[in-house]
Amino acid sequence: MFANLDFDVIRRALPYLFYEGMTFTLTLTGLAALGGLIFGTAIALMRLSGFKILGRIAGVYVDFMRSLPLVLVIFWFYFLVPYIGQWLTGASRPISVGAFASSLITFIMFEAAYFSEIMRAGIQSISRGQPAAANALGLTYAQTMRYVVLPQAFRNMLPVLITQTIVLFQDTSLVYVLSITDFLGAASKVAQRDGRLVEMYLFAAVVYFTISSIASFGVRRLQARIAIIR
Amino acid sequence: MSYHWNWGIFFEPNPMGTGTYLDMLLSGLVLTLKTAALAWVIALIFGSVVGVMRTLPSKAATWFGFCWVEFFRNMPLLVQLFLWYFVLPELLPRSAGLWLKQLPNAPFWTAAIGVGFFMSARVAIQLQAGIGSLPRGQRMAATALGLTTVQGYRYVLLPMAFRIILPPLTSEFLNTIKNTAVAITIGLVELTGQARSMQEFSFQVFEAFTAATILYLLVNAVVVTAMRFLERYVAIPGYITGK
Repeated sequence: MFANLDFDVIRRALPYLFYEGMTFTLTLTGLAALGGLIFGTAIALMRLSGFKILGRIAGVYVDFMRSLPLVLVIFWFYFLVPYIGQWLTGASRPISVGAFASSLITFIMFEAAYFSEIMRAGIQSISRGQPAAANALGLTYAQTMRYVVLPQAFRNMLPVLITQTIVLFQDTSLVYVLSITDFLGAASKVAQRDGRLVEMYLFAAVVYFTISSIASFGVRRLQARIAIIR
Repeated sequence: MSYHWNWGIFFEPNPMGTGTYLDMLLSGLVLTLKTAALAWVIALIFGSVVGVMRTLPSKAATWFGFCWVEFFRNMPLLVQLFLWYFVLPELLPRSAGLWLKQLPNAPFWTAAIGVGFFMSARVAIQLQAGIGSLPRGQRMAATALGLTTVQGYRYVLLPMAFRIILPPLTSEFLNTIKNTAVAITIGLVELTGQARSMQEFSFQVFEAFTAATILYLLVNAVVVTAMRFLERYVAIPGYITGK
C-alpha cells in the first residue's frame, strides 16, 4: 500500500513548504483573525447600538456574508479590490493588488461577519447591571465599552474566538483557487512538479491535522480553566 | 479604463453550445443542489450514527466517535477532498484504484462523499449536544419501561433530540450547500465554477458573480423558509418551540 512511496521528497521540500507556505498561511491567519475581530466587534456594536439603521446595515452585512460560499467571496474580492482601489485612489485604471493583500482583505471582511456574531453573544452575556453601573459612575458609552463590557465579553468568548480562528486557519487553504503559495499551495506545487501527489497531500493533511488538533486541545483546556474561575 | 457593464450577457449564447450563459449558471445551480443533497444524506446518516455513539455508555463507541469527529474536523475540507480524489485511488489495490479513477462523474461523487463526511462530524456534535440536553430521566424512564438501548434511542431520545437540534441543523445544511463550492478545486463545475467559467469566457466578471450571489441568496432563503415550516410542523405542544 505504501510500498512505492518516496517520503524523501517531503524532506527535500520542507524548507519551501514551511518558510514560504506555512509563513504565508500563519501570517494570513493571524492578521485576518485580528482584523476580523476588530471589524467584527465594530459590527456587533453597530447591531447592539440603539440606532435602527446602523443595526440593520450590520445585520444585512452579516447575513449576506454568511450565506455565500467562501470560494465565491474570494473570487469576488480578487476581482473587486482593484476597482475599489481605483475608486479610492482616483487612479485612471484598476490598481494591482498583491495576492497577499487581496486575500487578507477577503478574509478580514468574511471573518468579520462570523466574529461579530461571537462578540455579539459575548456582549449580550454581560449582565445589564454592569453598563448601568458604569453609566452611574459617569463613564461615557465609549468608556463603558472599553473598560467594562468588551474586556469581559472578549474573555468569556475566548474559547469560541480561538475555535473560529482554527476554522479560519483551515479555511485559508482555499486561497488555493487563486494559485497562491500558502502551505497547501506550496505542497501542491511540489506535488505537481515531482509527480508526488500522494506523499505531499498526505503530509499536508498530517500537518493541518496536527496543528488544528493541538489548538483545539488547548481550547478545551482553556474552557475547563475558565469554567472553574466563573 | 472603467468596467464595461453588460447585463444582457446572460441571454447571449455560451461558447459551450449549451444555450445561454444563464442556462450555464442554472445548470451549475442544479449540480450544486444535487451534490449538496447527496452530501447531506451522507452527513445525516454518518453524523447520526457517530453522534449516537458519542452518547453510548460503551467506552469503545465513545472513543470511536471522538476519533471520527476529530479526524474530519481538524483538516481543511480542501485537503480532505484532495485525499479522497488524488490520494485514495493510489493507496487502494491497483484494480480498485483504476476503477475509481475511471468512474464517470468522479468529481461529483468525490465532492458528495468528501463534503458529506466533513459535515458528518458537525452533525454528530450537534446530535450529541441535543441528546445531552435531554433530562437524564428520559433515558432512565426508557430503561424502566423495558425498552432496549436501541428502542430507547429510536422511540424516546432521538425524536426529541432531532427536534431540539433542528435550528442548528438548518445552518449545517446551509453550510453543506456552501461547502460544495470547494469542490471547484477537483473540477466540479457547480454554481461558483460556472460563474468562474462564464467570467473566463465573457470577461463579464461582476455580472457572473452577481448572478451566482443572487442564486445562493435565493437558495438560502428557500431553505430557511422551508426549515421554519418543518420546525413548526414537528414542534411538540408545550415544549421548546411548541405552540
